[in-house]
Amino acid sequence: MEALEILFTASLWAAAIRIASPLIFGTLGELICERAGVLNLGIEGIMTAGAFSGWLAVFLGGDLWLGVAVAALVGAVLGLLHGFLVVPLGLSQHVTGIGITLLATALSYYAYRLAFPEVTSPPKIEPFQPFPVPVLSDIPVLGPALFQQTPLTYLAFIMVGLVSWFLYRTPAGLAVRTVGENPAAAEAQGMNVTTVRLLAVMAGSALMGIGGSFITLSAFNSFFFEMTNGRGWICIALVVFGAWRPGKALLGAILFGLFDAYQLRLQQLAGAVVPYQLFLMLPFVMSIIALIVMSRRVAYPRALMVPYRKGER
Amino acid sequence: MANNIFALNRRTLLRAGAALPLAGMLPQLARAEGPIKTAAIYTVPVEQQWVSRIHKAATTAKERGDIEYVFSEKVSNTDYERVMREYCEAGHQLIVGEAFAVEDAARAVAKDYPDRAFLIGSSFKPDAAANPNFAVFDNYIQDASYLSGIVAGAMTKSGKIGMVGGYPIPEVNRLMNAFMAGVKETRKDASFLVAFIGSWFDPPKAKETALAQIDAGADLLYAERFGVSDAAKEKGVLAVGNVIDTQADYPDTVVASALWHFEPTLDAAIAAIKGGAFKADDYGQYSFMGKGGCSLAPLGTFDSKVPGDVKKLVAEKEAAIKAGSFTVAIDDNEPKSS
Repeated sequence: MEALEILFTASLWAAAIRIASPLIFGTLGELICERAGVLNLGIEGIMTAGAFSGWLAVFLGGDLWLGVAVAALVGAVLGLLHGFLVVPLGLSQHVTGIGITLLATALSYYAYRLAFPEVTSPPKIEPFQPFPVPVLSDIPVLGPALFQQTPLTYLAFIMVGLVSWFLYRTPAGLAVRTVGENPAAAEAQGMNVTTVRLLAVMAGSALMGIGGSFITLSAFNSFFFEMTNGRGWICIALVVFGAWRPGKALLGAILFGLFDAYQLRLQQLAGAVVPYQLFLMLPFVMSIIALIVMSRRVAYPRALMVPYRKGER
Repeated sequence: MANNIFALNRRTLLRAGAALPLAGMLPQLARAEGPIKTAAIYTVPVEQQWVSRIHKAATTAKERGDIEYVFSEKVSNTDYERVMREYCEAGHQLIVGEAFAVEDAARAVAKDYPDRAFLIGSSFKPDAAANPNFAVFDNYIQDASYLSGIVAGAMTKSGKIGMVGGYPIPEVNRLMNAFMAGVKETRKDASFLVAFIGSWFDPPKAKETALAQIDAGADLLYAERFGVSDAAKEKGVLAVGNVIDTQADYPDTVVASALWHFEPTLDAAIAAIKGGAFKADDYGQYSFMGKGGCSLAPLGTFDSKVPGDVKKLVAEKEAAIKAGSFTVAIDDNEPKSS
């Protein structure tokens, strides 16, 4: 069966990892925010802002890594705004998040048009090129799939390890988890809940910004309106899928990338008989099913979406 | 371009603010002779291929002094009617736009402003009885797509051609079908992989789709969306452009492009308005090759690589199309893989 043979091709897995990369960053970012008790629905907009600002920095002559740094910085600033509104002020996290998404998206488009008022074809940059890891990239199937990616993809995988280590092996990570589970206990331990949550939202948003920059600096070479195209929302679902754990979240992102890469190839096989919409739907349907199966017994951060007010009982 | 960035300062902002109330007084003044006050309303940014051609033609007409040109881009369909009415209220005489998703609303606006001319991109036909001032156009460039198909058929080695589109709407299908008919002229046994990505603006996804088609054996891609030519370049396979000429960006992979020229359409409308004869016509024909509405882009870097007899066949067909002795079929059905 040809449809099954596809599953064993290196190019399918390479595509899956490519598609998953921005999702890994975004999911890790959202995970850190939510672990600290803050839902960040600004992710879609923050990714767009990261995609734009990172790309613009490179277009203006910056180094590619400078672009990534700029995207992270812009993400952190937007995260600070979101954090300020929902942590010390305790506003609705849903409404504020959607507001941040609208604001960040519109600001990116506005700045793009100010910068390029008279273009008919989008300006391009020289994006990250695939960097084959010596020795490892020669392994059959696994090599081309995992070790012939762009540097940003490797960074995504490194970040999974780093975030995991940070959350479970450092005092600061413990602080983040505590303010997300029981802020009153954290306060009793002498932690400043507001500061910890703000910093966590900023760090998480910085990661979202990097995820956005992957779209314009690695997956493609120019900025388009609407090119984030819902990737941020997928990350929100992936956090639940991953049960708020970095490792599982990585698995979810790769699984989604795999479904998407697989449907693209299935479409080529059976496109004449099955409507294309069905294939486009496939990764989302599969994710919903996976979500149902995976998240039946998850424990979400107890203080998620609960604003903390000092002294209140 | 770089020094242009954020060239907005407080003074220009203030000036713009001061001009706003004045703008409301303009309609009464602007009815005089001279350039036609034209407003264009696009649902996508002007970078989008289809709209970029309209924008280019309008800019040319403005530089020529025929029209005054303002435009709004990325207007959502829910907001479209409001923007149309605002431009009408502001005294614009010619409204150029696209009503693919807002047919009823757009025609209703035209009814309310019977003394304005509407030149609107539409998948439907004009209705002179209901809207005598509502003319339609579309990118009927099947002639050029057909010719690009002839070249593509000659250049593919595997005979497998990948096609990535946004959505299967008539203006996309028509060109794909004409292209496929052209391919069959030079490659009878050609097979096609047709895929749609369900978005107009997701180049990374278009690129991934194209890469999947290359995996499946395609060695020539029909680039309907941004991103496809990038996949072709990365994998060293050929690509055929659509609506705009992208060979300058991909000199080694883009063989030919079917170009749309909006100038004949717009110029015909301008002439009709100046002559007081603007009617609910179907301007679609002004995109035909015979009217200069489309062309096959120069082969450029591929001029020496495309076989001579193919170039001869293209020239013959082009002459026949222009002379009217050969007509490329207009087929709006969704193309399928074969």
